[in-house]
Amino acid sequence: MAEPIKQMKNPKYFYELTISSSPHAHSPVTTQVIMRDVLIALLPALIGSVCFFGFRALMVTLVSAAACVFFEWGYRKIMKKDSTVYDLSAVVTGVLLAYVCPVTIPYWMIIIGDFFAIVLVKQLFGGIGKNFVNPALAARAFLFSWPVVMSTWVKPGFENAAGIFSTADAVTAATPLAAMHAGSLEGVSLLELMVGNVGGCLGETSAVLLLIGGAYLVIRKVITPRIPLAFIGTVAVIGLLFPQGNDRITWMLASVCSGGVMLGAIFMATDYVTSPITKAGQIIFGIGCGVITMVIRYFGAYNEGVSYAILVMNACVVLLDKVGRPRKFGAPKKEAAKK
Amino acid sequence: MAFSFFGGVHPKENKWYAEEQRTLGFPEPDILVIPMSQHIGAPCQPLVKKGDTVTMGQKIGDNQGLCVPVHAPVSGKVKAVEMRPHSSGMTQMSVVIENDHKGTLCPDIHPRTPEEVAALSKEDLMAIIREAGIVGMGGATFPTHVKLSSGMGKVDTIIVNVSECEPYIVADDRLCQEFPDEMLSGLQIIMKILDQKAAVVAMEDNKEAAAKAIRAAIDPKTGIRLEILPAKYPQGAEKQLIYAVTGREVPSGGLPAAVGCAVFNAATCKAIHDAVYEGMPLIRRIVTVSGDIVMIPRNLLVPIGTSFDDLLEAAGRGGVPYKVLSGGPMMGVAQFDLSVPVTKGTNAVTILGQKNRYAVSHPHCIRCGKCMDACPMHLMPVKMYEAATSGNVEEMKSYDMLDCIECGCCAYTCPATIPLVQAFRAGKQRIRDAQPPRK
Repeated sequence: MAEPIKQMKNPKYFYELTISSSPHAHSPVTTQVIMRDVLIALLPALIGSVCFFGFRALMVTLVSAAACVFFEWGYRKIMKKDSTVYDLSAVVTGVLLAYVCPVTIPYWMIIIGDFFAIVLVKQLFGGIGKNFVNPALAARAFLFSWPVVMSTWVKPGFENAAGIFSTADAVTAATPLAAMHAGSLEGVSLLELMVGNVGGCLGETSAVLLLIGGAYLVIRKVITPRIPLAFIGTVAVIGLLFPQGNDRITWMLASVCSGGVMLGAIFMATDYVTSPITKAGQIIFGIGCGVITMVIRYFGAYNEGVSYAILVMNACVVLLDKVGRPRKFGAPKKEAAKK
Repeated sequence: MAFSFFGGVHPKENKWYAEEQRTLGFPEPDILVIPMSQHIGAPCQPLVKKGDTVTMGQKIGDNQGLCVPVHAPVSGKVKAVEMRPHSSGMTQMSVVIENDHKGTLCPDIHPRTPEEVAALSKEDLMAIIREAGIVGMGGATFPTHVKLSSGMGKVDTIIVNVSECEPYIVADDRLCQEFPDEMLSGLQIIMKILDQKAAVVAMEDNKEAAAKAIRAAIDPKTGIRLEILPAKYPQGAEKQLIYAVTGREVPSGGLPAAVGCAVFNAATCKAIHDAVYEGMPLIRRIVTVSGDIVMIPRNLLVPIGTSFDDLLEAAGRGGVPYKVLSGGPMMGVAQFDLSVPVTKGTNAVTILGQKNRYAVSHPHCIRCGKCMDACPMHLMPVKMYEAATSGNVEEMKSYDMLDCIECGCCAYTCPATIPLVQAFRAGKQRIRDAQPPRK
C-alpha cells in the first residue's frame, strides 16, 4: 500500500489545485477586446458623420447599436443559450448597419434592419462565428425593400443637417457616385470627397477618417492589411485603366474615395467570420470584391456595388480557404501544389 | 545567418522572477522517490528491493532496448518499491529511498583525467553516456545515446538548445552563466562522437548575461559559435530551432537527422561532461522554482526524486496557488498531487496564483484566424478544431492533426479562449485508436 500522500499528513500543504491541459497562459486579447478595438476604430468616422450630417447621425447609430444588443440578448434568452452580449459583436453589427444607411432613415426601419441582421442572419445560423454573410450588409440589402428611403441623400453641412426627430427638412442631393455613374465627377472637389463632406451613407463618406480607423486596427493587429489593400488596390487599378470621365488619376482617386469602398474594405470585408482565414484566400477575396464592385458600378443599374460585392464574395469563403490552404511545415513543396 | 520561423507568439516572459538567482544547493530531502521511467522508451526494471542499502550514484534500475538506467541520487535505505504518483499525472513504479544524509559515494564512480578521456573511443563514450542515464533534459527525455548513434554519419550541424522560450524558466540560462566550461566540454564530447568540427550554441536574445558567459568561455579553436536568435515562443521546439538556425525544414513525421541536424539541450551537455570527466551519473539537475506567487524564486540544484512539496517549501508561498506546473506555463503539466518527484526532464516548477485564472465564458470561434498566424507548423487550428469536435477521424487526419506539436500558441492567442490544445490531444488519441494495430 502506498504511504498516505504528504498533503494529507500536513494539512498546511493542502490546496485546491486546478488541473487542465496546457497552455496555462493566455493572451490578454479576447473577443471583447477585439470588438472594442473595432468600435474605437469606427469612432473617427462617427465624429465626422456628426459634423457632416448633424446630431441625427449619432442618434441613428446609437439606436441601431442598442437594438442589435437587445435582439441578441432577447434571442439568446428565449432560446436558453449563453449570453453573447458582452463580446460586443452585436454593437459592432449595429454601428456598421447604421453606417451603411442614409442619415434620414426612420428609426423603425433601422430597427427592422437590426432584427434582420441579428436574428435572421446571425443567430439563426448559430450566433457569432457561424453566419456566412456579413449581417450588417445583408440587412442593408434587405432594407432596399424601401428603395426610396435607402437612396435619399441629404446634402452635408450643419445648415442642412436633418433634425433629430424629423426627416422632413432634409435637403436632398445627389451623391458623387451618382454623378460618376452618370459619366463624370462634377460639382464635388476631390478634397471634399476625401474628407467626406459629400452626400452618402451615414458613415461611409470620409475616406480619411476611415483610414485612420483602419490604421488603428492594423497597428493593434486586429486585422491584417491584406484584404483592404487587395480590395482598394483592385478598385484603384480598374479605375486607372478604365476611366469613364475626367482624367485617369482623378477618376482613380474618386473611385477609391467615393461610395462605400473605404468602409467596405476596412470594416466589412475584414469581418473575421465572413472572410477567408488563409493568406492567399484573403488576397483573392479582396481582389474579387474590388472587381465585382467596379463591374456593378460600371454596368449595373444602381451606382454602388460594394455591399453586393462583399456579399457575393462572402459566399465564396469556404472555397477560398480550400484554395489558400498553407503548406504545412516540413511538407514537400510539390505535395502542397498537389493539394 | 539566423532565420525566423513562421508563427509563434510572444507571451510575457516573466524571466525576471528567477533570472538573477544563483543556483543553490538544496537541503537534501529525507525521502526521495525515483520513478523507473524518466525517459521515452521502455521503463526500467528495479534492481533493488525493499530494505537494500544504496549508495549515491548506484544503479537502481535498468532494462533492455530503448532505455537508460536510473541511479540513486543519495545514499540510504530502500524504503519501498511501489507505484507512486508521477508528474505526468499517472502512477509509475518507483524506488523510494530514505536518505541517510551521509552521501556515501558508489565505489564504481571514478573521475577521469583529460588524457584518459582523450583515449576513449566513440563507442566507449556512448556506453558511458548510456550508463550515466543521460536523456534530453529539455523535457522530451529522449535517450541521448540513441540520438547520438542514430545521428552518426548523418549529422552535419550540431545545435545546443539554450533558447528556453517558455516564460518563467531560467534553468538553462543559469547553467550557461555558472557552468559554461562544463557545458562546452560536454558539447565537445558530442562533437567528437558525431565527427564534427563545428557546432552552434543557439540562444535567445533575452539572455544577455548567459551570452556573455558563453562568449567568454568559447575557445575559437573548437569551432563552436554562438548564435543569438530573436526571442519568440516556441523557439526551443526542435523543428523550429533547426529552421531558425539553418533554414532547413525537418520533414513531416521525420527526425532532425533527416536534415543533418542534431539538437542537444544545454543541461544535457553538462550532464555528459559530468558523466565522462567525473564519472557521475545523472542524479541532479537544475530546477527553476518560480511563478507569480512565489516568495523567493530560486534556481535549485536538486537530487532527482525530490518532491514538489519540498521545492515549494524552499521557495516560499506568497498566496494560494491556482496551478502548480511541472514545466512552464505554455507546455507544463498541471499537478494535482505535490508529492510527485522531480525527474530528469523537470526543468521548472511553476506556481501560478489565482490571477492566472481565466474563465472560458464565450467559447465561440469568431474565425479570426489568429491561431493560423500563430501556428509554427503552418496548420489550420480552426479547421482542426471543427474536425476534432465533429469527431471525424478522416477529417482530423486530412487537416494534419498529427503534425501538431502541442506548443499551445493557438490556444494562447485564441480570443475566444477555446481549449484548442486539449481538443487536439484528444483528437490525436482518436486518430491513433482508429489506426489498425501494428503487426
